[in-house]
Amino acid sequence: MTSLPAAPPQKKLGLVIDLDVCVGCHACVVSCKEWNTGGYGAALSDHQPYGADVSGAFLNRVHSFEVVPDGGEVLGEAGEARLVHFPKSCLHCDDAPCVTVCPTGASYKRTADGIVLVDEDKCIGCGLCAWACPYGARELDLAAGVMKKCTLCIDRIYNETIAEVDRVPSCVRTCPVNARHFGDLADPASDVSILVAERGGIDLMPEQGTRPVNKYLPPRARTPLAATMPLAEHSDGAKGFFAWLDGMLDRI
Amino acid sequence: MSEPAVALSKPVSDEVRKTTCYMCACRCGIDVHLKDGRIRYIEGNRDHPVNRGVLCAKGSAGIMQHYAPARLKAPLKRVGPRGSGRFVEISWDEALATATEWMGTVRADDPRKLAFFTGRDQSQSLTGFFAQQFGTPNYAAHGGFCSVNMAAAGIMTIGGAFWEFGSPDWDRTKLFVLFGVAEDHDSNPIKIGISKLKKRGARFVSVNPVRTGYSAVADNWIGIRPGTDGLLILSIVHELLKARKIDVEYLLRYSNAAWLVIDAPGSAEHGLFARDEKGAPLVFETVTERAVPAGTAGARAALSGRFELPDGRFAVPAFRLVAEKYLDERYAPEAVSGQTGVPVSAIRGLAAEIARVAFDEAIFVEQPWTDIKGERHQGFVGRPVSFHAMRGISAHSNGFQTARALHLLQVLIGAVDCPGAFRFEPPYPKPLEAHPTPHGKAEHFGSNKPLSGPHLGFPRGPEDLLLDPAGNPMRIDKAFSWDAPISAHGLMHMVIANAHAGDPYPVDALFLYMANMAWNSSMNTAAVIAMLEDKNPATGEYKIPKIIYSDAYASEMVAYADLVLPDTTYLERHDCISLLDRPISEPDSVNDAIRWPVLEPDRDVRPFQTVLLDLGARLRLPGFVDQRGRALYKDYADYIVRHERRPGIGPLAGFRGSDGTRTGRGAANPDQLRRYIENGSFFSTHIPLEAQFYKHANRAYQDFAVRMGFIDEPKPVTFQLYSEILQKFRLSAEGLREPVAPETHRERILRAFSPLPEWYRPLEEAAVADGGFPYHAITQRPMAMYHSWGSMNAWLRQIHTANLLYVPAAICDEHGLADGDWVHLISHHGRITVPIARTETANADTMWTWNAIGKRAGAWGLDRDAPEAKRGFLLNHLIHELLPPKGDGMRWSNSDPVTGQAAWYDLRVRIEKAEPPDASLPQFPPTESSAGGARLALLRYGQEWAR
Repeated sequence: MTSLPAAPPQKKLGLVIDLDVCVGCHACVVSCKEWNTGGYGAALSDHQPYGADVSGAFLNRVHSFEVVPDGGEVLGEAGEARLVHFPKSCLHCDDAPCVTVCPTGASYKRTADGIVLVDEDKCIGCGLCAWACPYGARELDLAAGVMKKCTLCIDRIYNETIAEVDRVPSCVRTCPVNARHFGDLADPASDVSILVAERGGIDLMPEQGTRPVNKYLPPRARTPLAATMPLAEHSDGAKGFFAWLDGMLDRI
Repeated sequence: MSEPAVALSKPVSDEVRKTTCYMCACRCGIDVHLKDGRIRYIEGNRDHPVNRGVLCAKGSAGIMQHYAPARLKAPLKRVGPRGSGRFVEISWDEALATATEWMGTVRADDPRKLAFFTGRDQSQSLTGFFAQQFGTPNYAAHGGFCSVNMAAAGIMTIGGAFWEFGSPDWDRTKLFVLFGVAEDHDSNPIKIGISKLKKRGARFVSVNPVRTGYSAVADNWIGIRPGTDGLLILSIVHELLKARKIDVEYLLRYSNAAWLVIDAPGSAEHGLFARDEKGAPLVFETVTERAVPAGTAGARAALSGRFELPDGRFAVPAFRLVAEKYLDERYAPEAVSGQTGVPVSAIRGLAAEIARVAFDEAIFVEQPWTDIKGERHQGFVGRPVSFHAMRGISAHSNGFQTARALHLLQVLIGAVDCPGAFRFEPPYPKPLEAHPTPHGKAEHFGSNKPLSGPHLGFPRGPEDLLLDPAGNPMRIDKAFSWDAPISAHGLMHMVIANAHAGDPYPVDALFLYMANMAWNSSMNTAAVIAMLEDKNPATGEYKIPKIIYSDAYASEMVAYADLVLPDTTYLERHDCISLLDRPISEPDSVNDAIRWPVLEPDRDVRPFQTVLLDLGARLRLPGFVDQRGRALYKDYADYIVRHERRPGIGPLAGFRGSDGTRTGRGAANPDQLRRYIENGSFFSTHIPLEAQFYKHANRAYQDFAVRMGFIDEPKPVTFQLYSEILQKFRLSAEGLREPVAPETHRERILRAFSPLPEWYRPLEEAAVADGGFPYHAITQRPMAMYHSWGSMNAWLRQIHTANLLYVPAAICDEHGLADGDWVHLISHHGRITVPIARTETANADTMWTWNAIGKRAGAWGLDRDAPEAKRGFLLNHLIHELLPPKGDGMRWSNSDPVTGQAAWYDLRVRIEKAEPPDASLPQFPPTESSAGGARLALLRYGQEWAR
């Protein structure tokens, strides 16, 4: 079994994902794949990439759910159901069960920034961590025989060989709707902490007791069109309309 | 326990090469990181005006597109029967000699008998030039089966279209209304824009039968019944007129609302504009009570009434016709709610919200400017309501009039090119008169000579149709004939059917580029395949004798080519994203861009554009060779730099002049491509502040456009609420005006060519109304593959490996269907058997699926048992290129009667539960693969760079 850091990490780096704007385009999914397949650790392999049973390792995936809210909250004009696009990757939990379950010390949580990482030299590919993770956020790379997971692009965020503005996870840099935000959630003054406070950011499945660092911003409240003040009624037909028009022309 | 050391600062790559993406029509700037000569990483270019650093899934998957085993690797000559996929590799010398011989013979004998059509072509300025110099009248790109309704209606009404030729003012708009599926063009800018709206708390309304993609995050979703958007829009117009929420001053200044329409029923001039002896349209001046030319300084023009003209005829202002038509109660929300499936409260609510934002939340940008008449203004009034639409409303047989209705709505509230509204992107706006008329009449072409002008354009009336003396179509696709008079982008979806039938005539050679006509780009795919395979029993020759195809990948179409010219990938060639073609400007800036070979091809392939220049030279086409017959251009890069369309105007606007300091107009600069590459492979110049709005009537903008070379003299646009051109066709259909329309076409033209926007039932729906097809079935491409071919891409195909038919809950319940069941889906024409999933987020009468995920076994470098072939499917098999017979002896094209736009979304179906088959139906015999690469069983891309 592996221990979590004795003291809380100085920083809690993580993602804040805005479900109000995610359109489910999968930009983050593929950008993550292309960065990380050539980045930290073994490549993210694809089996039968052109065949019948194609499958590959991804560190970030988008799932789409149709939601019919309880109580009939009116979200759309055509019905109450809506489609939620839900990006999901490792949440870098404070109480990460994937770490404590690891028999070799391969899975660990960094003291400096709270990132949960796999030391592939120690990983035996037993899969216990994936079993322990309630979010399904880890994927075993069958070719390398090691567990793969989101690294928060640890080889980007501190990388002094790239421009400072680019030292963010690949998924954050690429997101066309700016639904993904990166920062230190231990610092209440950080942009991400402020965002969470303002928008009522939530933990995913808090009942699991994992205390995830990543937060999700719920969709904003929406106002039905029917709530707009109705237009004034003029019942005098075309004749009245043309009389009004003449009056308007006089004023121009 | 100490933590492992992690390499935090490993250099990403050896080199970054900046170029332009080509995974779709968005054309974002990309930074291609190269390591050890291979692609390490592709990211968005932060400086680029289109994507500002972001990149979509397709762009990031460029690595897998570039290295896909589906890439063709050498020129191919067919040796098996068509469709077998049996080829031998040949040399480029042989391939080019063969193509030259085939095409040269046609050019000498009868140039009509070459049909040259391009699909995902981003070099239409060159391909059109080639076709024109070759001399065939038969050329177009894929706009006719994509969104020509949107282009034609926009240009004819406001001088510009949505497409990617205009954009909502994302920084200022307070209400954004999106009609239909529109993820296909300008996708990253729209995503960036939606994000801005959300952040500012602006409202986003989506009108779409299906709630996916952008619609998923809309504040309000109106799940309209397909093909009824025009009715909804005209009902909003009704509400706005009734509530008197219109911008009268804007209408007077910028539209033809006051122009006088002749009221002389039964005459050849009825419904045309009253004009003075110079042809200028007249308005009625109410102070002096006489008709004066529109635009007369100080004139107070009438918008209502009926007036006697000097010649004794009567005329009414166009706006009187507008008001009378749309105030009618047939457009009231109560009257349209049933047809549209939209509750009265939602129609009223949307109309009220549009009016509230346009008038109660108007904005004012303090920036003095001068209008085209010389009047000085202190600033720009903004109506912060913006609209956008693309294929969703376009791909219906009433899509042209629906798009016209949307533009009418915009103009009524003063929301075209003002702050907060839809804004033009240069070189638009341009009035219709700035566009050419189509060429292809008998006098326009002949043996061994160029076509006398551009193929595509806008007829000003029936006199500009391309007809033979008997009134029959001149073009193989019947564009610009009575069938589809304003088919500004051609009708690519009719080419194979017409050529096979020899109607209006057979062709000798069909030359296609990036157009998958043997699969997802054709209606009625199985029949099209049969047409391509069909032989003349007397001669044993194929009915379409010679097919030349160019593509980079082993698409389904490859198996039907006799000669295959393998293209490079987008990272291996030069290209220009040109203002002469499909520009990438933004409302505040003029932009263009290039691609350049950031990687060298490792196969025996050549860039198609360079091949076309080579063919042009071998055929000795004027413009491709000098007087001594020597090639004018070494390759496409050379053409991009040195070709001039008009003196000083070339494919690229930036870094012109001998020292690279000229913009727009200027001499060719031999150093131009290097300058582009140094600048990130794009060029951008800002529009002066005083020229950024009201471009259609802004003196500073018009002068800027002249300086840039978009136009040679100011060409302001007057918005055409009432279309005289459409009325001319009606007069022909009434037999009142020459040339008169044939009897067969009159009813159709009278119904579709209303000079004011009108809604009519989609033609297939009208034809099968009581035939037991109660539902709609529509498609869209998923965002991870939009306007792109993605199934050969190892990463993208993992996101969409097979498609399902999404069936609304109510239909599932009625038919006892559950997730995982299979159904027969049946149209008037065909039947498919496919797997389903239940959905709550679609219009109750509308099922839908992702388009073009289904592939033919053997194509795209995939294993024959790939899910794309086994479970994936197309709706194309249900859609006929012709409408059902209606007893008049004619079979009409399944297209918009005005523009010929393919009516993909008119499809009507019924559904029946089916026993699960082994595979989706229909299935086709597998083709042999022409993919040039090895299909690895295991891909570990980047493993060599693992620490």
